[in-house]
Amino acid sequence: MKKLIVAASCALALAAGTVQAKDWKEIRIAFDVPYEPFEYKDENGELTGFEVELAEAMCAEMKADCEFVIQSWDGMIPGLLARKFDAIMSSMSITPERAERVLFSEPYYNTPGGWFAPEAFNTDVTDMDAMKGKVVGVQRGTTMDSFVTENMGGIVTIKRYTTADDMVLDLEGQRLDVVFVDYPVGEQTVLSKDGFKEVGEPVKLGEGVGVAMRQRDKDLAAKVNATLKKLKKDGTYDTIMQKYFNYDIKM
Amino acid sequence: MPDFIAQWLNQNDIFTAMTMLEYWNGLVSTVQLVFLSLVIGLVCAVPLAITRTSRNPLVSLPVWLYTYLFRGTPLLIQLYIIYYGIAQIPGIQETFWWGIFREPFYPALLAFTLNTAAYTTEIIRGAIMSTPHGEIEAAKAYGMNWFMRMRRIILPSAARRAVQAYSNEVIFMLHSSAIASVVTIVDLTGAARNIYSRFYAPFDAFIFVALIYMVLTFILVFAFRKLENHLLRHQRPISN
Repeated sequence: MKKLIVAASCALALAAGTVQAKDWKEIRIAFDVPYEPFEYKDENGELTGFEVELAEAMCAEMKADCEFVIQSWDGMIPGLLARKFDAIMSSMSITPERAERVLFSEPYYNTPGGWFAPEAFNTDVTDMDAMKGKVVGVQRGTTMDSFVTENMGGIVTIKRYTTADDMVLDLEGQRLDVVFVDYPVGEQTVLSKDGFKEVGEPVKLGEGVGVAMRQRDKDLAAKVNATLKKLKKDGTYDTIMQKYFNYDIKM
Repeated sequence: MPDFIAQWLNQNDIFTAMTMLEYWNGLVSTVQLVFLSLVIGLVCAVPLAITRTSRNPLVSLPVWLYTYLFRGTPLLIQLYIIYYGIAQIPGIQETFWWGIFREPFYPALLAFTLNTAAYTTEIIRGAIMSTPHGEIEAAKAYGMNWFMRMRRIILPSAARRAVQAYSNEVIFMLHSSAIASVVTIVDLTGAARNIYSRFYAPFDAFIFVALIYMVLTFILVFAFRKLENHLLRHQRPISN
Protein backbone atom coordinates (compact mmCIF):
# COMPACT_ATOMS: atom_id res chain seq x y z
CA MET A 1 0.00 0.00 0.00
CA LYS A 2 2.76 2.37 0.99
CA LYS A 3 4.65 1.60 -2.22
CA LEU A 4 1.54 2.33 -4.21
CA ILE A 5 1.16 5.72 -2.59
CA VAL A 6 4.78 6.58 -3.29
CA ALA A 7 4.44 5.49 -6.88
CA ALA A 8 1.26 7.47 -7.28
CA SER A 9 2.74 10.63 -5.83
CA CYS A 10 5.81 10.25 -8.06
CA ALA A 11 3.56 9.94 -11.08
CA LEU A 12 1.61 12.99 -9.95
CA ALA A 13 4.77 15.03 -9.50
CA LEU A 14 5.92 14.06 -12.98
CA ALA A 15 2.58 14.94 -14.48
CA ALA A 16 2.53 18.29 -12.69
CA GLY A 17 5.97 19.02 -14.11
CA THR A 18 4.87 18.52 -17.70
CA VAL A 19 1.57 20.40 -17.42
CA GLN A 20 3.33 23.62 -16.55
CA ALA A 21 1.31 26.79 -17.07
CA LYS A 22 1.74 28.16 -20.58
CA ASP A 23 3.76 31.37 -20.51
CA TRP A 24 1.83 32.85 -23.49
CA LYS A 25 4.81 33.91 -25.56
CA GLU A 26 2.90 32.83 -28.64
CA ILE A 27 -0.72 33.85 -29.06
CA ARG A 28 -2.97 33.14 -32.01
CA ILE A 29 -5.69 35.76 -32.46
CA ALA A 30 -8.69 35.31 -34.78
CA PHE A 31 -10.42 37.96 -36.92
CA ASP A 32 -13.37 37.78 -39.28
CA VAL A 33 -12.58 39.96 -42.29
CA PRO A 34 -13.74 42.20 -43.79
CA TYR A 35 -15.38 44.21 -41.04
CA GLU A 36 -14.27 47.72 -41.76
CA PRO A 37 -12.81 49.65 -40.08
CA PHE A 38 -12.15 47.08 -37.35
CA GLU A 39 -10.40 44.43 -39.40
CA TYR A 40 -9.89 44.33 -43.16
CA LYS A 41 -7.22 43.87 -45.77
CA ASP A 42 -5.69 47.02 -47.26
CA GLU A 43 -4.85 47.40 -50.96
CA ASN A 44 -1.61 45.46 -50.44
CA GLY A 45 -3.49 42.55 -48.89
CA GLU A 46 -2.14 43.33 -45.42
CA LEU A 47 -4.44 42.74 -42.47
CA THR A 48 -5.18 46.03 -40.75
CA GLY A 49 -7.89 47.96 -38.89
CA PHE A 50 -8.68 49.23 -35.42
CA GLU A 51 -8.75 45.88 -33.66
CA VAL A 52 -5.75 44.56 -35.59
CA GLU A 53 -3.65 47.56 -34.56
CA LEU A 54 -4.91 47.28 -31.00
CA ALA A 55 -3.94 43.59 -31.02
CA GLU A 56 -0.50 44.48 -32.37
CA ALA A 57 -0.03 47.09 -29.62
CA MET A 58 -1.24 44.58 -27.05
CA CYS A 59 1.18 41.88 -28.23
CA ALA A 60 4.08 44.35 -28.25
CA GLU A 61 3.20 45.35 -24.70
CA MET A 62 2.96 41.69 -23.60
CA LYS A 63 6.17 40.88 -25.51
CA ALA A 64 4.30 38.03 -27.16
CA ASP A 65 4.74 36.64 -30.65
CA CYS A 66 1.28 36.90 -32.19
CA GLU A 67 -0.13 35.07 -35.15
CA PHE A 68 -3.27 36.44 -36.79
CA VAL A 69 -5.82 33.91 -38.04
CA ILE A 70 -8.71 34.62 -40.41
CA GLN A 71 -11.88 32.82 -39.32
CA SER A 72 -15.46 33.34 -40.51
CA TRP A 73 -17.96 34.46 -37.90
CA ASP A 74 -20.07 31.29 -37.78
CA GLY A 75 -17.08 29.20 -36.72
CA MET A 76 -15.58 31.70 -34.27
CA ILE A 77 -16.49 30.19 -30.91
CA PRO A 78 -16.25 26.56 -32.10
CA GLY A 79 -12.79 27.37 -33.52
CA LEU A 80 -11.68 28.90 -30.24
CA LEU A 81 -12.91 25.92 -28.26
CA ALA A 82 -11.23 23.55 -30.73
CA ARG A 83 -7.93 25.40 -30.04
CA LYS A 84 -7.47 26.64 -33.58
CA PHE A 85 -6.57 29.95 -31.93
CA ASP A 86 -6.29 31.35 -28.41
CA ALA A 87 -8.24 34.60 -28.55
CA ILE A 88 -10.92 36.33 -30.61
CA MET A 89 -10.60 40.06 -31.23
CA SER A 90 -13.24 40.37 -33.87
CA SER A 91 -15.82 42.78 -32.46
CA MET A 92 -17.45 40.10 -30.34
CA SER A 93 -19.98 41.77 -28.06
CA ILE A 94 -20.15 40.47 -24.52
CA THR A 95 -23.45 38.63 -23.90
CA PRO A 96 -24.48 36.26 -21.09
CA GLU A 97 -25.04 33.44 -23.61
CA ARG A 98 -21.56 33.81 -25.03
CA ALA A 99 -20.03 34.22 -21.58
CA GLU A 100 -21.21 30.69 -20.79
CA ARG A 101 -18.96 29.37 -23.55
CA VAL A 102 -15.99 31.71 -23.49
CA LEU A 103 -14.09 33.93 -21.07
CA PHE A 104 -14.28 37.63 -21.87
CA SER A 105 -11.73 40.29 -21.03
CA GLU A 106 -12.82 43.73 -19.85
CA PRO A 107 -14.61 45.50 -22.74
CA TYR A 108 -12.36 47.50 -25.03
CA TYR A 109 -14.93 49.30 -27.16
CA ASN A 110 -18.65 49.71 -27.70
CA THR A 111 -20.42 50.92 -30.81
CA PRO A 112 -24.13 51.68 -30.81
CA GLY A 113 -26.71 50.05 -33.09
CA GLY A 114 -28.12 52.37 -35.73
CA TRP A 115 -31.36 52.44 -37.73
CA PHE A 116 -30.92 52.98 -41.47
CA ALA A 117 -33.65 53.26 -44.11
CA PRO A 118 -34.44 54.70 -47.55
CA GLU A 119 -35.07 58.48 -47.72
CA ALA A 120 -38.83 57.94 -48.04
CA PHE A 121 -39.06 56.17 -44.66
CA ASN A 122 -40.44 58.53 -42.02
CA THR A 123 -41.65 56.36 -39.16
CA ASP A 124 -40.51 56.84 -35.57
CA VAL A 125 -38.65 53.62 -34.80
CA THR A 126 -39.38 53.93 -31.07
CA ASP A 127 -43.15 54.22 -31.67
CA MET A 128 -44.34 50.61 -31.55
CA ASP A 129 -47.79 51.41 -33.00
CA ALA A 130 -46.27 53.06 -36.05
CA MET A 131 -43.73 50.25 -36.49
CA LYS A 132 -46.44 47.58 -36.56
CA GLY A 133 -46.09 45.34 -39.63
CA LYS A 134 -42.81 46.91 -40.79
CA VAL A 135 -40.09 44.56 -42.01
CA VAL A 136 -36.84 44.95 -40.09
CA GLY A 137 -33.52 43.44 -41.17
CA VAL A 138 -30.83 42.39 -38.69
CA GLN A 139 -27.68 40.30 -38.78
CA ARG A 140 -28.29 36.90 -37.23
CA GLY A 141 -26.93 36.45 -33.72
CA THR A 142 -25.88 40.10 -33.17
CA THR A 143 -26.87 42.21 -30.16
CA MET A 144 -29.09 44.15 -32.59
CA ASP A 145 -30.86 40.85 -33.36
CA SER A 146 -31.48 40.19 -29.65
CA PHE A 147 -32.68 43.78 -29.10
CA VAL A 148 -35.25 43.64 -31.91
CA THR A 149 -36.31 40.08 -31.03
CA GLU A 150 -36.92 40.98 -27.39
CA ASN A 151 -38.45 44.43 -27.76
CA MET A 152 -40.33 44.24 -31.05
CA GLY A 153 -40.82 40.49 -31.46
CA GLY A 154 -44.56 40.31 -32.13
CA ILE A 155 -44.82 43.78 -33.65
CA VAL A 156 -42.48 43.83 -36.64
CA THR A 157 -41.46 41.11 -39.07
CA ILE A 158 -37.81 40.27 -38.42
CA LYS A 159 -35.59 39.01 -41.22
CA ARG A 160 -32.21 37.63 -40.22
CA TYR A 161 -29.20 37.69 -42.51
CA THR A 162 -25.78 36.08 -42.31
CA THR A 163 -23.90 38.91 -44.02
CA ALA A 164 -24.51 42.64 -44.05
CA ASP A 165 -24.16 42.63 -47.85
CA ASP A 166 -27.20 40.41 -48.33
CA MET A 167 -29.17 42.58 -45.94
CA VAL A 168 -28.26 45.81 -47.74
CA LEU A 169 -29.23 44.22 -51.09
CA ASP A 170 -32.68 43.49 -49.70
CA LEU A 171 -32.95 47.02 -48.27
CA GLU A 172 -32.13 48.40 -51.72
CA GLY A 173 -34.57 45.98 -53.32
CA GLN A 174 -37.28 47.27 -50.94
CA ARG A 175 -37.84 43.90 -49.30
CA LEU A 176 -36.93 45.57 -46.00
CA ASP A 177 -38.35 48.80 -44.62
CA VAL A 178 -35.49 49.49 -42.24
CA VAL A 179 -32.36 47.76 -40.95
CA PHE A 180 -30.96 47.83 -37.42
CA VAL A 181 -27.27 47.26 -37.61
CA ASP A 182 -23.98 48.00 -35.87
CA TYR A 183 -23.40 51.72 -36.44
CA PRO A 184 -20.03 51.56 -38.25
CA VAL A 185 -21.33 48.82 -40.53
CA GLY A 186 -24.42 50.85 -41.42
CA GLU A 187 -22.24 53.89 -42.04
CA GLN A 188 -20.02 51.86 -44.40
CA THR A 189 -22.63 49.90 -46.29
CA VAL A 190 -25.92 51.87 -46.23
CA LEU A 191 -25.04 55.55 -45.80
CA SER A 192 -22.38 55.32 -48.50
CA LYS A 193 -25.18 54.76 -51.02
CA ASP A 194 -27.47 57.45 -52.43
CA GLY A 195 -31.03 57.65 -51.18
CA PHE A 196 -30.49 56.26 -47.69
CA LYS A 197 -30.46 57.97 -44.30
CA GLU A 198 -30.09 57.32 -40.63
CA VAL A 199 -33.37 57.13 -38.70
CA GLY A 200 -33.82 58.05 -35.04
CA GLU A 201 -31.07 57.87 -32.47
CA PRO A 202 -28.29 55.26 -32.25
CA VAL A 203 -29.05 52.82 -29.43
CA LYS A 204 -26.34 51.88 -26.92
CA LEU A 205 -26.54 48.13 -26.62
CA GLY A 206 -24.94 45.46 -24.55
CA GLU A 207 -21.83 45.42 -22.46
CA GLY A 208 -19.37 46.28 -25.18
CA VAL A 209 -16.82 44.22 -27.05
CA GLY A 210 -14.20 42.12 -25.30
CA VAL A 211 -11.40 39.73 -26.15
CA ALA A 212 -12.86 36.21 -26.04
CA MET A 213 -10.70 33.39 -24.68
CA ARG A 214 -11.21 29.83 -23.47
CA GLN A 215 -12.69 29.56 -19.96
CA ARG A 216 -9.63 27.75 -18.65
CA ASP A 217 -7.08 30.35 -19.82
CA LYS A 218 -7.55 32.60 -16.80
CA ASP A 219 -3.85 33.54 -16.80
CA LEU A 220 -4.07 34.82 -20.38
CA ALA A 221 -7.19 36.82 -19.51
CA ALA A 222 -5.41 38.45 -16.56
CA LYS A 223 -2.52 39.45 -18.82
CA VAL A 224 -4.85 40.81 -21.50
CA ASN A 225 -6.84 42.83 -18.97
CA ALA A 226 -3.72 44.39 -17.47
CA THR A 227 -2.35 45.24 -20.91
CA LEU A 228 -5.61 46.76 -22.17
CA LYS A 229 -5.82 48.90 -19.04
CA LYS A 230 -2.33 50.19 -19.65
CA LEU A 231 -2.97 50.93 -23.34
CA LYS A 232 -6.16 52.82 -22.51
CA LYS A 233 -4.27 54.96 -19.99
CA ASP A 234 -1.02 55.75 -21.81
CA GLY A 235 -2.71 57.15 -24.92
CA THR A 236 -1.86 54.29 -27.29
CA TYR A 237 -5.54 53.34 -27.45
CA ASP A 238 -6.64 56.91 -28.23
CA THR A 239 -4.07 57.28 -31.02
CA ILE A 240 -5.32 54.11 -32.72
CA MET A 241 -8.98 55.04 -32.21
CA GLN A 242 -8.55 58.52 -33.70
CA LYS A 243 -6.95 57.00 -36.75
CA TYR A 244 -10.13 55.09 -37.59
CA PHE A 245 -13.08 56.92 -36.00
CA ASN A 246 -14.34 60.43 -35.67
CA TYR A 247 -16.57 59.45 -32.74
CA ASP A 248 -15.81 57.95 -29.37
CA ILE A 249 -16.03 54.18 -28.95
CA LYS A 250 -13.73 53.92 -25.93
CA MET A 251 -14.96 51.89 -23.01
CA MET B 1 -48.07 16.57 -24.14
CA PRO B 2 -46.88 13.61 -22.05
CA ASP B 3 -45.42 14.50 -18.66
CA PHE B 4 -41.91 13.24 -19.29
CA ILE B 5 -41.51 15.40 -22.40
CA ALA B 6 -42.76 18.47 -20.53
CA GLN B 7 -40.35 17.68 -17.72
CA TRP B 8 -37.44 17.25 -20.09
CA LEU B 9 -38.29 20.53 -21.80
CA ASN B 10 -38.44 22.36 -18.49
CA GLN B 11 -34.99 21.35 -17.37
CA ASN B 12 -33.45 22.09 -20.75
CA ASP B 13 -31.94 25.46 -21.61
CA ILE B 14 -32.08 25.13 -25.36
CA PHE B 15 -35.06 22.93 -26.22
CA THR B 16 -37.76 25.04 -24.61
CA ALA B 17 -41.31 25.30 -25.89
CA MET B 18 -40.19 28.47 -27.71
CA THR B 19 -37.50 26.75 -29.76
CA MET B 20 -39.78 23.75 -30.40
CA LEU B 21 -42.30 26.14 -31.91
CA GLU B 22 -39.55 27.63 -34.06
CA TYR B 23 -38.54 24.16 -35.28
CA TRP B 24 -42.18 23.33 -35.94
CA ASN B 25 -42.68 26.47 -38.05
CA GLY B 26 -39.47 25.58 -39.87
CA LEU B 27 -40.79 22.08 -40.52
CA VAL B 28 -44.01 23.51 -41.94
CA SER B 29 -42.20 25.80 -44.40
CA THR B 30 -39.74 23.07 -45.45
CA VAL B 31 -42.59 20.63 -46.15
CA GLN B 32 -44.62 23.29 -47.99
CA LEU B 33 -41.68 24.34 -50.13
CA VAL B 34 -40.54 20.81 -51.00
CA PHE B 35 -44.02 19.41 -51.58
CA LEU B 36 -45.19 22.27 -53.81
CA SER B 37 -42.00 22.36 -55.87
CA LEU B 38 -42.07 18.58 -56.38
CA VAL B 39 -45.73 18.51 -57.44
CA ILE B 40 -45.42 21.47 -59.83
CA GLY B 41 -42.08 20.14 -61.06
CA LEU B 42 -43.52 16.71 -61.83
CA VAL B 43 -46.54 18.16 -63.61
CA CYS B 44 -44.23 20.26 -65.81
CA ALA B 45 -41.73 17.45 -66.33
CA VAL B 46 -44.09 14.98 -68.06
CA PRO B 47 -44.89 17.14 -71.13
CA LEU B 48 -41.29 18.41 -71.15
CA ALA B 49 -39.95 14.86 -71.24
CA ILE B 50 -42.29 13.99 -74.12
CA THR B 51 -41.13 17.03 -76.11
CA ARG B 52 -37.54 16.17 -75.22
CA THR B 53 -37.92 12.78 -76.96
CA SER B 54 -39.26 14.38 -80.14
CA ARG B 55 -37.22 13.77 -83.29
CA ASN B 56 -37.77 17.37 -84.43
CA PRO B 57 -34.80 19.40 -83.06
CA LEU B 58 -36.85 22.61 -83.07
CA VAL B 59 -39.06 20.99 -80.43
CA SER B 60 -36.51 19.03 -78.43
CA LEU B 61 -33.60 21.47 -78.49
CA PRO B 62 -35.16 24.18 -76.25
CA VAL B 63 -36.01 21.54 -73.64
CA TRP B 64 -32.50 20.11 -73.90
CA LEU B 65 -31.10 23.62 -73.36
CA TYR B 66 -33.33 24.14 -70.32
CA THR B 67 -32.36 20.87 -68.65
CA TYR B 68 -28.73 21.47 -69.53
CA LEU B 69 -28.76 24.93 -67.92
CA PHE B 70 -30.51 23.88 -64.72
CA ARG B 71 -28.60 20.64 -64.26
CA GLY B 72 -25.35 22.38 -65.11
CA THR B 73 -25.48 25.04 -62.38
CA PRO B 74 -25.74 24.74 -58.59
CA LEU B 75 -29.16 25.27 -57.06
CA LEU B 76 -27.70 27.86 -54.68
CA ILE B 77 -26.60 30.03 -57.62
CA GLN B 78 -30.02 29.67 -59.26
CA LEU B 79 -31.68 30.74 -56.01
CA TYR B 80 -29.37 33.76 -55.63
CA ILE B 81 -29.99 34.85 -59.23
CA ILE B 82 -33.75 34.55 -58.92
CA TYR B 83 -34.07 36.06 -55.42
CA TYR B 84 -31.62 38.97 -55.67
CA GLY B 85 -31.80 39.30 -59.45
CA ILE B 86 -35.52 39.96 -59.54
CA ALA B 87 -35.22 42.76 -56.98
CA GLN B 88 -32.63 44.45 -59.22
CA ILE B 89 -34.93 44.72 -62.27
CA PRO B 90 -35.63 48.47 -62.56
CA GLY B 91 -39.22 49.34 -61.77
CA ILE B 92 -40.23 45.84 -60.64
CA GLN B 93 -41.30 47.27 -57.28
CA GLU B 94 -44.14 49.18 -58.97
CA THR B 95 -45.62 46.19 -60.81
CA PHE B 96 -47.99 43.62 -59.34
CA TRP B 97 -45.22 40.99 -59.64
CA TRP B 98 -43.56 42.58 -56.64
CA GLY B 99 -46.46 41.45 -54.46
CA ILE B 100 -45.37 37.89 -55.27
CA PHE B 101 -41.59 38.22 -55.38
CA ARG B 102 -41.19 40.52 -52.38
CA GLU B 103 -41.55 37.54 -50.05
CA PRO B 104 -38.69 35.02 -50.21
CA PHE B 105 -41.09 32.05 -50.48
CA TYR B 106 -42.05 32.47 -54.13
CA PRO B 107 -38.56 33.11 -55.54
CA ALA B 108 -37.40 30.02 -53.66
CA LEU B 109 -40.38 27.98 -54.90
CA LEU B 110 -39.64 29.10 -58.47
CA ALA B 111 -35.95 28.16 -58.21
CA PHE B 112 -36.70 24.77 -56.64
CA THR B 113 -39.45 23.97 -59.15
CA LEU B 114 -37.31 24.85 -62.19
CA ASN B 115 -34.46 22.79 -60.76
CA THR B 116 -36.42 19.67 -59.89
CA ALA B 117 -38.41 19.86 -63.15
CA ALA B 118 -35.12 19.76 -65.09
CA TYR B 119 -33.90 16.63 -63.30
CA THR B 120 -37.30 14.93 -63.43
CA THR B 121 -37.57 15.67 -67.16
CA GLU B 122 -34.33 13.79 -67.76
CA ILE B 123 -35.42 10.88 -65.52
CA ILE B 124 -38.74 10.48 -67.36
CA ARG B 125 -37.08 10.96 -70.76
CA GLY B 126 -34.68 8.12 -70.00
CA ALA B 127 -37.60 5.90 -69.02
CA ILE B 128 -39.54 6.80 -72.17
CA MET B 129 -36.52 6.15 -74.38
CA SER B 130 -36.04 2.69 -72.89
CA THR B 131 -39.60 1.56 -73.60
CA PRO B 132 -39.27 -1.87 -75.31
CA HIS B 133 -39.90 -1.49 -79.01
CA GLY B 134 -42.23 -4.48 -79.04
CA GLU B 135 -44.70 -2.71 -76.73
CA ILE B 136 -44.97 0.23 -79.11
CA GLU B 137 -45.29 -2.04 -82.15
CA ALA B 138 -48.02 -4.04 -80.47
CA ALA B 139 -49.88 -0.82 -79.65
CA LYS B 140 -49.54 0.30 -83.26
CA ALA B 141 -50.83 -3.07 -84.46
CA TYR B 142 -53.90 -2.52 -82.32
CA GLY B 143 -54.47 0.70 -84.25
CA MET B 144 -53.80 3.07 -81.34
CA ASN B 145 -52.95 6.63 -82.38
CA TRP B 146 -49.98 8.56 -80.87
CA PHE B 147 -51.98 10.06 -78.02
CA MET B 148 -53.51 6.74 -76.99
CA ARG B 149 -50.14 4.96 -77.21
CA MET B 150 -48.63 7.59 -74.93
CA ARG B 151 -51.46 7.45 -72.41
CA ARG B 152 -52.03 3.70 -72.32
CA ILE B 153 -48.66 2.17 -73.05
CA ILE B 154 -45.59 4.39 -72.99
CA LEU B 155 -46.21 6.61 -69.93
CA PRO B 156 -47.45 3.87 -67.56
CA SER B 157 -44.54 1.65 -68.57
CA ALA B 158 -42.10 4.56 -68.21
CA ALA B 159 -43.50 5.40 -64.77
CA ARG B 160 -42.57 1.94 -63.54
CA ARG B 161 -39.02 2.37 -64.72
CA ALA B 162 -38.71 5.98 -63.46
CA VAL B 163 -40.04 5.55 -59.93
CA GLN B 164 -36.81 4.35 -58.34
CA ALA B 165 -34.71 7.15 -59.82
CA TYR B 166 -37.43 9.64 -59.00
CA SER B 167 -37.45 8.67 -55.32
CA ASN B 168 -33.81 9.72 -55.20
CA GLU B 169 -34.68 13.07 -56.75
CA VAL B 170 -37.37 13.62 -54.09
CA ILE B 171 -34.92 12.93 -51.28
CA PHE B 172 -32.26 15.15 -52.86
CA MET B 173 -34.85 17.91 -53.15
CA LEU B 174 -35.70 17.65 -49.45
CA HIS B 175 -32.04 17.98 -48.58
CA SER B 176 -31.37 20.75 -51.12
CA SER B 177 -34.20 22.76 -49.60
CA ALA B 178 -31.84 23.48 -46.69
CA ILE B 179 -30.36 26.30 -48.74
CA ALA B 180 -33.67 28.20 -48.59
CA SER B 181 -32.40 29.61 -45.32
CA VAL B 182 -29.87 31.80 -47.13
CA VAL B 183 -32.68 33.94 -48.52
CA THR B 184 -34.22 34.60 -45.06
CA ILE B 185 -36.78 31.78 -45.19
CA VAL B 186 -37.01 30.25 -41.75
CA ASP B 187 -37.18 26.61 -42.84
CA LEU B 188 -35.83 23.74 -40.71
CA THR B 189 -32.23 24.77 -41.36
CA GLY B 190 -33.08 28.44 -40.87
CA ALA B 191 -34.64 27.64 -37.50
CA ALA B 192 -31.57 25.62 -36.53
CA ARG B 193 -29.28 28.49 -37.53
CA ASN B 194 -31.31 30.98 -35.50
CA ILE B 195 -31.25 28.73 -32.46
CA TYR B 196 -27.56 28.01 -32.90
CA SER B 197 -26.71 31.70 -33.07
CA ARG B 198 -28.85 32.45 -30.00
CA PHE B 199 -27.35 29.75 -27.75
CA TYR B 200 -23.99 29.11 -29.46
CA ALA B 201 -24.68 25.41 -29.26
CA PRO B 202 -23.97 24.02 -32.73
CA PHE B 203 -24.25 20.36 -31.76
CA ASP B 204 -27.63 20.61 -30.07
CA ALA B 205 -29.20 22.84 -32.71
CA PHE B 206 -27.93 20.98 -35.77
CA ILE B 207 -28.10 17.39 -34.55
CA PHE B 208 -31.72 17.93 -33.61
CA VAL B 209 -32.54 19.31 -37.04
CA ALA B 210 -30.57 16.49 -38.70
CA LEU B 211 -32.80 14.00 -36.86
CA ILE B 212 -35.91 15.72 -38.20
CA TYR B 213 -34.54 15.52 -41.75
CA MET B 214 -33.79 11.83 -41.18
CA VAL B 215 -37.34 11.15 -40.04
CA LEU B 216 -38.69 12.98 -43.10
CA THR B 217 -36.38 10.98 -45.37
CA PHE B 218 -37.46 7.75 -43.72
CA ILE B 219 -41.11 8.59 -44.34
CA LEU B 220 -40.32 9.31 -48.00
CA VAL B 221 -38.36 6.06 -48.42
CA PHE B 222 -41.21 4.11 -46.85
CA ALA B 223 -43.84 5.77 -49.07
CA PHE B 224 -41.81 5.11 -52.20
CA ARG B 225 -41.33 1.46 -51.27
CA LYS B 226 -45.09 1.09 -51.00
CA LEU B 227 -45.49 2.82 -54.36
CA GLU B 228 -42.89 0.58 -56.00
CA ASN B 229 -44.58 -2.52 -54.61
CA HIS B 230 -47.82 -1.27 -56.07
CA LEU B 231 -46.44 -0.37 -59.52
CA LEU B 232 -44.19 -3.39 -59.89
CA ARG B 233 -46.43 -6.04 -58.36
CA HIS B 234 -46.67 -7.88 -61.71
CA GLN B 235 -42.92 -8.54 -61.45
CA ARG B 236 -43.09 -10.18 -58.06
CA PRO B 237 -42.72 -13.94 -57.97
CA ILE B 238 -46.11 -15.62 -57.63
CA SER B 239 -45.06 -18.14 -54.98
CA ASN B 240 -45.17 -17.33 -51.21
